[in-house]
Amino acid sequence: MIELVKNPKYDFMSVRNYAFALSAVLLILGTIGTVQIFRGQANLGIDLAGGTSIQVKFQKPFAMDEIRSLLTGAGHAEATLQGVEGENILLIKLRASGGQEERMVADPVLKLLREKIPGNPFTVESISEIGPAIGHKLRQDATWALAISALAIIIYLAWRFEFKFGVAATIATFHDILAMVGIFWIFGIEQDLLFITALLTIGGYSLTDTVVIWENIRLRKRNTFSETINLSVNDVLSRSLVTSLTVLLAVLALLFFGGEVLRNFALALVIGILVGSYSSVFVAGPMLVLWRGEKMTEVKR
Amino acid sequence: MWKSITWRITMIVLLTIAAVVVLVPSLTDNIPAAWKDNIPKINLGLDLQGGVFLRLQVEIEKAIENTAQRYADDARAVCREKGLPVLGFQKAGIDGFSLRLPPGEFAGKAQSLLKEEFPALDVSLGEVKSDGAMVTGRMKPAEVQSIRANAVGQGVETIRNRIDQFGVREPQIIAEGDDRIVVQLPGVKDQQRAIELVGKTALLEFKLVDDGASLEEALKGNIPEDSQILYQKSTDPATGRLAKSPILVKKRALLTGDTIKAAKVNFGGQAGGAYVGISFDSRGAKVFDRVTAENVKRRLAIVLDDTVYSAPVIQERISGGDAQITGSFTPEEASDLAIVLRAGSLPAPVKVIQNVTIGPSLGQDSIQKGVRAAIIGGLLVVTFMAFYYRFAGMVANFALLFNILFLLSGMAVFSATLTLPGIAGIILAIGMAVDSNVLIFERIREELRAKKPVRPAIDAGYDKAFLTVVDTHVTTLITAVILFQFGTGPIKGFAVSLSMGVAINLFTALVCTKVVFDYLNAKKPMQALSI
Repeated sequence: MIELVKNPKYDFMSVRNYAFALSAVLLILGTIGTVQIFRGQANLGIDLAGGTSIQVKFQKPFAMDEIRSLLTGAGHAEATLQGVEGENILLIKLRASGGQEERMVADPVLKLLREKIPGNPFTVESISEIGPAIGHKLRQDATWALAISALAIIIYLAWRFEFKFGVAATIATFHDILAMVGIFWIFGIEQDLLFITALLTIGGYSLTDTVVIWENIRLRKRNTFSETINLSVNDVLSRSLVTSLTVLLAVLALLFFGGEVLRNFALALVIGILVGSYSSVFVAGPMLVLWRGEKMTEVKR
Repeated sequence: MWKSITWRITMIVLLTIAAVVVLVPSLTDNIPAAWKDNIPKINLGLDLQGGVFLRLQVEIEKAIENTAQRYADDARAVCREKGLPVLGFQKAGIDGFSLRLPPGEFAGKAQSLLKEEFPALDVSLGEVKSDGAMVTGRMKPAEVQSIRANAVGQGVETIRNRIDQFGVREPQIIAEGDDRIVVQLPGVKDQQRAIELVGKTALLEFKLVDDGASLEEALKGNIPEDSQILYQKSTDPATGRLAKSPILVKKRALLTGDTIKAAKVNFGGQAGGAYVGISFDSRGAKVFDRVTAENVKRRLAIVLDDTVYSAPVIQERISGGDAQITGSFTPEEASDLAIVLRAGSLPAPVKVIQNVTIGPSLGQDSIQKGVRAAIIGGLLVVTFMAFYYRFAGMVANFALLFNILFLLSGMAVFSATLTLPGIAGIILAIGMAVDSNVLIFERIREELRAKKPVRPAIDAGYDKAFLTVVDTHVTTLITAVILFQFGTGPIKGFAVSLSMGVAINLFTALVCTKVVFDYLNAKKPMQALSI
């Protein structure tokens, strides 16, 4: 039998103050990041912010400076330019900033490039033009989706266990979601629709992690509640590690081999899996103890 | 029945055969036609096969306003024809208009005239004051309601008609909510042309040029009440520059495009380029005949969506019901114009609020990278499981294979759309799929450590883990279903493959693995388990 951890007897409860401190930092970052998203100050993808993104592939290497000055001359000074090394690929992003200004300008920009760089023809790989109304609606939808799934999960877990279990698991899940937003925000990584998808996915994943521990609590009974939880976490520790590892292996493959489009999505998943595993072990249980107290009343079956 | 090993194995074998039969047509074309044509296939999303995605906002209020405006113009003209002096004119809300007539009998006459001429209007007479009396025409609620109800539905029909004539394989045009239309055109590369074709209102009107008033005066702001300034766009053949020249035309349309029977591209017009020949139906031909007869030597402007295409002088009465639209068209432009004229105008103007265009090469690239990541990720997981759980790990891997097979064939059965995030969903599902078996195996290990014999240990492991496995699946499914509800195109694809993967996993991880252990135990209870 190969075992990652042999008969673990770690005292997770004893380090809960460190865990709470770390989580507090993550939560603060996440809250700032969320506020920035709603203020439109975060590095939002075109699909959430509204605007235009164009990806073209030139036949020959191109000069980024030349294109920057062309766009600036055409009144697009705020354009974000990004090149893909060795493939002559150029990514132009024009965000709809502030007001209700429409930023659907793919045609004029393409025309400009075609006219001013005649010696280096290109093919259009992708265009995405999104009106500000759509971006606004998507942000709203995402908020609703998060709220509704939280509610649905609290109800399900309250039915399966106890109300407080449901709330604690949901808080741990939101902790992970906020942590992901915070980490993406502090590193200035672009947050788009796929990022929100990753948030919800990790929500489900992290919850699973916590539920497995809750489930185990029913099998164990000790003098105090914190002892019970500690034991349960140790019981399922090797499962948590193995599952996190297999999911990580899959997602790392996505990160390194899945291509440019999915890179940030995979990165969000990697971060989420790490944070989710951490929160199930170090945050969810201790929080439940704090709230529920040490009394070992019957845990509903 | 679930206890019978033979029964369970038979079911798995049958399901596998069914899955393979269903899946093969999605993977290859080299199979008999009867097989290929009768089995649903996995659709590739636009992000994988390339194409144009457009989301259109239908401006229904504008359609109502435009209709009211047309009624107003017509009403004024009718009053003039009958010798009723109209002193003033104003809008009354978005669905009505008011005409001011001199006090006395005129207002009453106008009211009965409008009632008679326009059955779709509620016509009311306002208070008679010293400076005149207001006659207000308002579209009947039923009329407004029908515009509201039909704007999106008819818009979808019209756009579908245009796309069909343009020739796109498997386009999707669907209404979204009350006032949006989503158009998906797989394989289309030229997004600009697609937007022109789909988004053009294509309201064709024939209006007389107002020769009675001076254009210079009008440009200064002194526009006669029943006229308007429109612009004619033309490209200078020498410089290629786009020029706009103003033309003063009567507001009232003498004839509109809804009477067009056929439209086709012809070559060799006056300028030698492409032009569009149209022929009217019998009603249109009759009106055109009368209009041309009454206005010989005057100029008739051909207006499409408030842009003048040409304004030729009517040389003689035209009775055949044929007309030409000339302009500086490229052959593609002329052909697209003919299509939109044949398909008819949109009942309400539309605005493109989202345009996503993916080139075919990027789609190919995405498929390759996605599949590569899936294979590498799958191999990593399988290798890890075999290494960590030995024989039991191989059993879990075997279940994983079934999971992927059933997932893909399930997508084919429902004709689900595979998107790039959908591929990511499959990869994630592969990583998560082994979780159930990990849970079960860890329980079995526990039992084995407690010195239980192999067979009871396996049974106890499955029993104890069962509820946990169900709970974990339900929680993941809840989020996946909500993702599906809120997500658009590609995200939906992710939710579909993730939730199907999770649901199928419940079967493969519990049933497919257990039957292997049961089978091995059936002949002779296992003495040791490599786990």
